[in-house]
Amino acid sequence: MSEQHNITLPEGSIERVTQTLNLGPTHPATHGVFQNILEIDGERVVSSESTVGYIHRAFEKIAERRPYYQITPLTDRLNYCSSPINNMGWHITVEKLLGIQTPKRVDYLRVIIMELARICDHLICNGVVGVDTGAFTGFLYLMRWRELAYEIYEEICGSRLTTNIGRVGGFERNFTPAAFEKIEKFLVEFPKALKEFETLMNRNRIFMERTQGVGPISAERAMNYGFTGPNLRAAGVDYDLRVAHPYSSYEDFEFSIPVGTTGDCYDRFLVRNGEMWESLSIIRQAMDKVKALPSDVYHADVPAYYLPEKSDVYTKMEALIYHFKIIMGESDILPGELYNAVEGANGELGFYLISDGGRSPYRLHFRRPCFIYYQAYAELIKGAMLSDALICMSSLNLIAGELDA
Amino acid sequence: MARPVQYNTKVKTVEIPEGYSGEGFFATSFDKAIGLARKNSIWPLPFATSCCGIEFMATMASTYDLARFGAERMAFTPRQCDLLMVMGTISKKMGPVLRQVYLQMAEPRWVMAVGACASSGGVFDTYSVLQGIDQVIPVDVYVPGCPPRPEAIIDGFMRIQDLIGQESLRRRHSDKYKELLNSYGIQ
Amino acid sequence: MSLTNDYIKQRLTDKFGEAVSQVEETFGMLNFTVPKDLNLKVMQFLYDDEELQFRFLTDLTAVHYPDRKGEELAVVYHLYNFAQRVRLRMKVYTSVEDPRVFTATRLFEAANWMERETYDFFGVNFVGHPNLKRILNVDEMDYFPMRKEFPLEDQTRIDKDDEMFGRGGHIGI
Repeated sequence: MSEQHNITLPEGSIERVTQTLNLGPTHPATHGVFQNILEIDGERVVSSESTVGYIHRAFEKIAERRPYYQITPLTDRLNYCSSPINNMGWHITVEKLLGIQTPKRVDYLRVIIMELARICDHLICNGVVGVDTGAFTGFLYLMRWRELAYEIYEEICGSRLTTNIGRVGGFERNFTPAAFEKIEKFLVEFPKALKEFETLMNRNRIFMERTQGVGPISAERAMNYGFTGPNLRAAGVDYDLRVAHPYSSYEDFEFSIPVGTTGDCYDRFLVRNGEMWESLSIIRQAMDKVKALPSDVYHADVPAYYLPEKSDVYTKMEALIYHFKIIMGESDILPGELYNAVEGANGELGFYLISDGGRSPYRLHFRRPCFIYYQAYAELIKGAMLSDALICMSSLNLIAGELDA
Repeated sequence: MARPVQYNTKVKTVEIPEGYSGEGFFATSFDKAIGLARKNSIWPLPFATSCCGIEFMATMASTYDLARFGAERMAFTPRQCDLLMVMGTISKKMGPVLRQVYLQMAEPRWVMAVGACASSGGVFDTYSVLQGIDQVIPVDVYVPGCPPRPEAIIDGFMRIQDLIGQESLRRRHSDKYKELLNSYGIQ
Repeated sequence: MSLTNDYIKQRLTDKFGEAVSQVEETFGMLNFTVPKDLNLKVMQFLYDDEELQFRFLTDLTAVHYPDRKGEELAVVYHLYNFAQRVRLRMKVYTSVEDPRVFTATRLFEAANWMERETYDFFGVNFVGHPNLKRILNVDEMDYFPMRKEFPLEDQTRIDKDDEMFGRGGHIGI
């Protein structure tokens, strides 16, 4: 153990030695499996040590065995609350490696799905922050809207949670009119629900007192710890990958980035709420843009990497050969080394891919934001009360699957 | 003027088991009465590790309410719960923790493995994932899916209810059960 | 002035001369290699310099190249400059027999767990790390799983029939 147990406390403290408390791998409130051993003096946390790895599934080793399109279901399970963002991030990385340019309509459809996933992730995070302070109502109200988002995913890819959405070069099938209707319905009805949630929580005296001043972090410390995403924006740094290194035609959209000041839990909550409003506005802009484009384009024209139409496979020779090569994993992947990052719901989700021209990547490393900012947890809760420690954990939005990969 | 009274006539009550009834009394066997009581008041322990945990949160929420089956209180402590629902991948590091949670539960206890990872290791045939929780604890119901739909989780829950309703009161003391636990190294 | 890859390359070669080798540009990002003794000095230079300002460690990982004898493990650092939005990749090679590299935790707090993960998977020993233990795998594990010689599956399984998976048996894959 690197931290001491039963540290003797100075004069004037409540106890003489600290008590060891195990905030163990099995949490109530379904955050995920990570262990924290806290040394507490009365109710105050003196020091803590975290242990992760209770759900280590060896993604990086698996990725060395699978062909490129079979890695998409793996990426789903990284941040499973917003799995479409992980899928799209992976596809954009592979497209960058292969030099594929996707048509505008594909980019706009991707933006719709990614922003919807971002809303879903923030719904869970903010709902769970509410549950941890005791406000179960907000969470139940918000889960209804996640069900509507799940219906939209089902229309497009068939699955609710771990979506495996899209292919290298686009989508597997065109969006049906029913999907567009459901997105319109979401755009009309969800703002009212979000407004209701905000009236419940934002200026709620109890909630504000529970979350303000809890787990603050300054911008310099946050950058040193490698924070990105809403946690860094709550500390005051306006860094967003969608603006700094635009991908998937994000430069065509107009949106603002909510930024906090102190980096405490209340700021993180407000930043996530603000991002949900911005995501709604981006989806609305994307829907308008998509209507203006011809509606039969849903993938890039790269037969070497995107499965050709079945009717062509049965009649034309080249389509048959491409189909065979793609399915058997023998398509010509160019060797190269690249790092590509997308703005995940938690921060910068990076893919470091080294390809040697073979069927599977030579090395694939996921830069997982949750893993990197969980290191700061010990510093964030030093000197805070035990109940604050729990709220801090849930407001950081730690997803166990992404932590351990 | 009084408001007209409305009665909610669409309530579905649980059927009474077979027995002999007369004026002011109803006689049935202990097994059936206790089984009925137990199966409609299960308190589950959601042992949610990964993606299936999020589907469980959806099952618990208002659209696919699990509370209507009697699981109103999600007891997060093994000392007070009946059903251990293991949802998500269990890695080798987590195996001893799971076993300890199982040992802390009091009889009668049931285990439900939700999802492909808990049933058999799922997609992850790797050095660090336990290939199914039945390597460490005895399991009653397996729910397949990755993740299973909430309807599937509810279906698994109803199968557990069937198991509980038909279980003999002497099962936990029988030799066959002791043999089962011994094969897992549990006394 | 905006920071171009050529300018960074020139500043590095001015300061470190021959030590900076294998400079190339892949997909718009500058890569370079330094010997493992200089990794901290180069990162400190990139951190402190007012024009370069690479003050954010995006990622730290390793790659195993079993064919390069004497330089099998490559520790890869991805650095980022917030002000000019420029990424940089620095590689440090070390051999498998003596995989010791200086730790970057004093400069970047973010390197703490990333180095533990690299140690856990590849066995790279970071000299000066405050707490170099296994982080993701079981503590009792005695090998480093991401190295190429180790298999993905758990070798102690007896219940899996390899023939059904297209491996082993008479198929001989």
